Amino acid sequence: MTDQTDAGADSVQPAHFAFDADSEAEISRVLARYPAAKQASAVLPLLYLAQRQMGRLTGSAWVPRAAMDEIARRLGIAPIRVYEVATFYTMFQLRPVGRFHLQVCTTTPCWLRGSDEVVAACRRTAGVGGFGETSADGLFTMTEVECLGACVNAPILQVNDDFYEDLDGPRTEALLTALKRGEVPPPGSTIGRQTSAPEGGPQTLVGPALAAATPPAE
Amino acid sequence: MAKVTVDGVEVEVPNGASVLQACELAGREIPRFCYHERLSVAGNCRMCLVEIEKNPKPVASCAFPVADGMVVKTDSPMVRQSRRGVMEFLLINHPLDCPICDQGGECDLQDQSMAYGMDHSRYHENKRAVKDKDLGPLVKTVMTRCIQCTRCIRFAQEIAGVPELGATARGENMEIGTYVEKALSSELSGNLIDICPVGALTSKPYAFVARPWELTKTDSIDVLDAVGTNIRIDARGSEVLRILPRLNEDVNEEWLADKARFSLDGLKRRRLDRPWLRRDGKLVAVSWQEAFAAIAQRLQGLSGARIGAIAGDLADAESMVALKDLMTGLGSPNLDCRQRGEKLEATRRDFYCFNTTIAGIEETDALLLVGTNPRHEAPVLNARIRKRVLAGSLPIAAIGAAADLTYGAEWIGDGPAALRALLAGTHGFSSVLSAAKRPMVILGQGAVARADGAAVLAAAWEIAARFGMLGADWHGFNMLHSAAARVGALDLGFLPGPQGKDVAAMLGGGVDLLWLLGADEIDTDAIGAGTFVVYQGHHGDAGAARADVILPGAAYTEKSATYVNTEGRAQRTAAALHPPGEAREDWKILRAFSDVIGRRLPYDDLDAVRQRLGEAHPVFTRTDTVPRLACTDMTGPAGDSGGLSDAPFVPFLADYYRTDPISRTSPTMAECARTFGPALMQAAE
Amino acid sequence: MLSDKDRIFTNLYGLHDWRLAGARARGDWDGTAALLARGRDALIDEVKASGLRGRGGAGFPTGMKWSFMPKQSDGRPHYLVVNADESEPGTCKDRDILRHDPHKLIEGCLIAGVAMGAHVAYIYVRGEFYNEAARLQAAVDEAYDAGLIGRNACGSGWEFDVYVHRGAGAYICGEETALLESLEGKKGMPRLKPPFPAAVGLYGCPTTVNNVESIAVVPTILRRGAAWFSELGRPKNAGTKIFCISGHVNKPCNVEEELGIPLRELIERYAGGVRGGWDNLLAVIPGGSSVPVLPREICDTVLMDFDSLREVRSGLGTAAVIVMDKSTDIIKAIARLSQFYKHESCGQCTPCREGTGWLMRVMYRLVEGRAEPEEIDVLEQVTRQIEGHTICALGDAAAWPVQGLIRHFRPVIEERIAQAKTRPMPLAAE
Repeated sequence: MTDQTDAGADSVQPAHFAFDADSEAEISRVLARYPAAKQASAVLPLLYLAQRQMGRLTGSAWVPRAAMDEIARRLGIAPIRVYEVATFYTMFQLRPVGRFHLQVCTTTPCWLRGSDEVVAACRRTAGVGGFGETSADGLFTMTEVECLGACVNAPILQVNDDFYEDLDGPRTEALLTALKRGEVPPPGSTIGRQTSAPEGGPQTLVGPALAAATPPAE
Repeated sequence: MAKVTVDGVEVEVPNGASVLQACELAGREIPRFCYHERLSVAGNCRMCLVEIEKNPKPVASCAFPVADGMVVKTDSPMVRQSRRGVMEFLLINHPLDCPICDQGGECDLQDQSMAYGMDHSRYHENKRAVKDKDLGPLVKTVMTRCIQCTRCIRFAQEIAGVPELGATARGENMEIGTYVEKALSSELSGNLIDICPVGALTSKPYAFVARPWELTKTDSIDVLDAVGTNIRIDARGSEVLRILPRLNEDVNEEWLADKARFSLDGLKRRRLDRPWLRRDGKLVAVSWQEAFAAIAQRLQGLSGARIGAIAGDLADAESMVALKDLMTGLGSPNLDCRQRGEKLEATRRDFYCFNTTIAGIEETDALLLVGTNPRHEAPVLNARIRKRVLAGSLPIAAIGAAADLTYGAEWIGDGPAALRALLAGTHGFSSVLSAAKRPMVILGQGAVARADGAAVLAAAWEIAARFGMLGADWHGFNMLHSAAARVGALDLGFLPGPQGKDVAAMLGGGVDLLWLLGADEIDTDAIGAGTFVVYQGHHGDAGAARADVILPGAAYTEKSATYVNTEGRAQRTAAALHPPGEAREDWKILRAFSDVIGRRLPYDDLDAVRQRLGEAHPVFTRTDTVPRLACTDMTGPAGDSGGLSDAPFVPFLADYYRTDPISRTSPTMAECARTFGPALMQAAE
Repeated sequence: MLSDKDRIFTNLYGLHDWRLAGARARGDWDGTAALLARGRDALIDEVKASGLRGRGGAGFPTGMKWSFMPKQSDGRPHYLVVNADESEPGTCKDRDILRHDPHKLIEGCLIAGVAMGAHVAYIYVRGEFYNEAARLQAAVDEAYDAGLIGRNACGSGWEFDVYVHRGAGAYICGEETALLESLEGKKGMPRLKPPFPAAVGLYGCPTTVNNVESIAVVPTILRRGAAWFSELGRPKNAGTKIFCISGHVNKPCNVEEELGIPLRELIERYAGGVRGGWDNLLAVIPGGSSVPVLPREICDTVLMDFDSLREVRSGLGTAAVIVMDKSTDIIKAIARLSQFYKHESCGQCTPCREGTGWLMRVMYRLVEGRAEPEEIDVLEQVTRQIEGHTICALGDAAAWPVQGLIRHFRPVIEERIAQAKTRPMPLAAE
């Protein structure tokens, strides 16, 4: 039986939530994007801001109920409308998560290329029992996610905001081990591929004309 | 207009109508779950699919607009197959627990499954289970039965104006609820039970009580506020088991207030089921003859001036005319119906009626509320205001104690000073009223039940006159009553006659014999110690506690009686069952007593009483209609608006759930008061 | 084979500078004001003439879609909304545009905005593309700073704002009306149609929703001419397209090619061929997860364009080619897609909400063979009961992969069931 009320998590719910100065600065930028009478459009951005702020301040990026209520108040909409939105979209965490949120894509294109190995490596190395669980050290939460939209670089593991691509079991282990050590390896392909170009280098777009048009690297 | 052919039948429907409406016009019934005439269109249940020629896919008729020349099939193989498919999907995760479901026998899903269901299930997986939600003391939830039609969400948001219900999560995990456990804070929540097409939302007090086919159904009128909501009383044996709304577009549409629906458990508690007589300070059970004899004895030698009568909030017109005739016969001018000293003026009907009419609210373009909280005093009427608000910009100003009315109102003051400001044109809302074509003012009883009530009444009329509310085709002056008896009483002139005493004067020893016809809202402690009190009524409430003689009457569910609603619309209740024990219909009690004292009232049956009523006022013969009044005479009531005080208006009803002897006796209403009391306090802050 | 000079996305792989300077060096923002000066009707006509069909999956002619916008504003603003909610399994082309060629998209927005009378564009980027959205925002900021958009875009006198809005994890928001709901701050539940967005879209105003790729190719089409574009590809399937080749190929990749390229050539030329060789091919899903799977025989010869793939009862979709070799448990591959659709169903319509879960559960039983052979037909019927009975096409998308599986791999399912029946029943007591 599912339980969508957050009653079970009451003990972790903070009584109050207020946006901090960093968030406030961003909120004013966000609100300017939408017509004055359509500020409800800012629900998703504000939920993100609340989640990021929680991550920044507590190390766990999630959205407490008090934050949803605050967002409803700020945007002049009923709290239930914010609850509906927050529970509809999968990227909002309504319970605390680990510092590193391991979002493993297991949809067919990733599965064909070995996402099972990535999941197994996460279990082994991050110490999480299964999807939705958090490691005992509070460092990792593993979530099964649907297609991340990077299928030619499958399998993918999204850690917080970043995609790690072209993974296999050992490289996943290496990644998680590095994270544990406090290192954050550069996102992208873990086998040194140039983004979505085929392994070994592009076969197209290699003409001299294009190269000439390329300014020096950043 | 568009010509549409439905199953070979050609109908003309307005442009913009839906295919479903066209089908209904053509006499074809379209099955539906999510669609509801009074709610926004969701189009999600997919049961109303029809085939439209040249359309490769079936179309949801509830959401599809008609087009000229459209050819619709409602019973083609494609349609039947589609509906069978939808029905199968609806049932795979439905518990099929009809034998233990209170919706059984009146369930849309059950009915439609007879037409479109399979005789076996092809679904071999585990069924979904959904946790029940606690929506408070009135609405029981069995959410596993929910088919996610979202009618309840739309009702709460649109009609009730309490956006507290929602659908959280998504896909097959989508659940209806409040997310944060809380009781639904609406006075219209019972309607959720009616609009839920399945057994997900049922009546908590009625749980497992009866099956619909066991019930005797009686069409009647609610009397627990002054709206006159049309109801159906479902009874079994000697018990009212359920009260449901009946459709009346002019009055309540299809809604019913919670107090009217759920107070019925008060109907069988603390009932006065036999006459009582106070002997040596104690009430003892007596016979009707003994009770009558005691009153007759006390009347001996009393002049009319020393006799008085007060009609209460639930009194019917038949008994009031009988009591008035009795008092007249006894020479008494001491009559009153304004239990709490409301300064109502009955010299003209439009001084005390809701002249715009309830349906007329939909035509207004500016609204002023004075000393009223219509959400509590008339929830169904308040829903009509909200309907008007949703239809498009309606500026609303309110004077009194700020409250959440379920729609936005500008609170422009808490007392009569705001009236002065409007009259002086110094408040911005004056110009809103000036610009409006059909502005209206609603005056609550809280505005007139005060020392300067007559001045407030006069000032409100002046506002109406000043801002064009009184016209040949629009009467925007409205008195909102909260007592079902009041307008009928005023129509009958149940008011002090020449040199007659009002309620205040009758108390404190102003009369020696006081006849209380269900009058429980007066300050019974203020009745003079020497005053002999006759209480005629149905509940052992305040009046009975002070009585010397108790004459057991009938509750509204037990008599055929006439009530005039706040609009001035006469409507009749019907007896769903007999009064308990020795209790009798009230006019008969008075008729019988008149015989005992040799002043026989000149009517022997109900028809004769009603003939007498018609003589007293023609309104009583024109039941179920109310003429839209024009204002032909701008002359205002007698009060002087110069006498306005500065005292703020206070809410007329302290507790919506407990306002009369029936609701005060109801355990369900007591539970509601406990649950919602704090919330109401908060809302008022 | 398409030559590099005819490729639109010349920084597809991010080998070069994505910033304004790099974009300009590749020809973006070149003479934009002159393009805009052609006027609304000329712009729409040119796009119509190019034969460009929407790159988001449905393949609806882009120019025609633009022409649905009211010619005169009735006072309501017009909106362009760009669908960058790229979430169709197998598809990862828009991601490359967002991160490597963002200025093509922004310039396309401006042109499309002028063509439909819109002064505001919202680009709705799927939430998971955090870094891509940040890059796009940086490019938008650059464009503002350079006066390319803003109060007087490119000096054209046209005021044009571009806002980036992030989704938050809901495939359904790729459906255009669900996207609009989401952009309005609500759950991504598709709207009833009619009314269509061109009449009542974002905030109740006339709106056109276009895919990232559809918009990003527009500036190049206008610069090089409709004729250049329409001569590429095949009749009614004009132009180039970014293909995403994933799964069991030696070198998965994105590549821009002409529409109508043979599937086999696409895989062998660009993606290093099927793992273990073409003969090791089992099946291909040619256009993203929603389109029916094709068995090897059809893959041998089919061309990659809208109409050719329709002829073989599949579709080009987003041109996301998911390749499966003979090691693949095809039932499980499709079952996982059923799980995807069950997870992404918004829950609004009965057939999709209830049916996607049913499909998934039966599919996973079939993976183990725990079923009766008759259930294959029931499963097929359930897909038909979903298909065409819902507000949006997610129901169809959930149905088609299962239908494709049954159409082409029924013997595999039957064999799985038969095998399961020969396995000894586990004894409960042990």
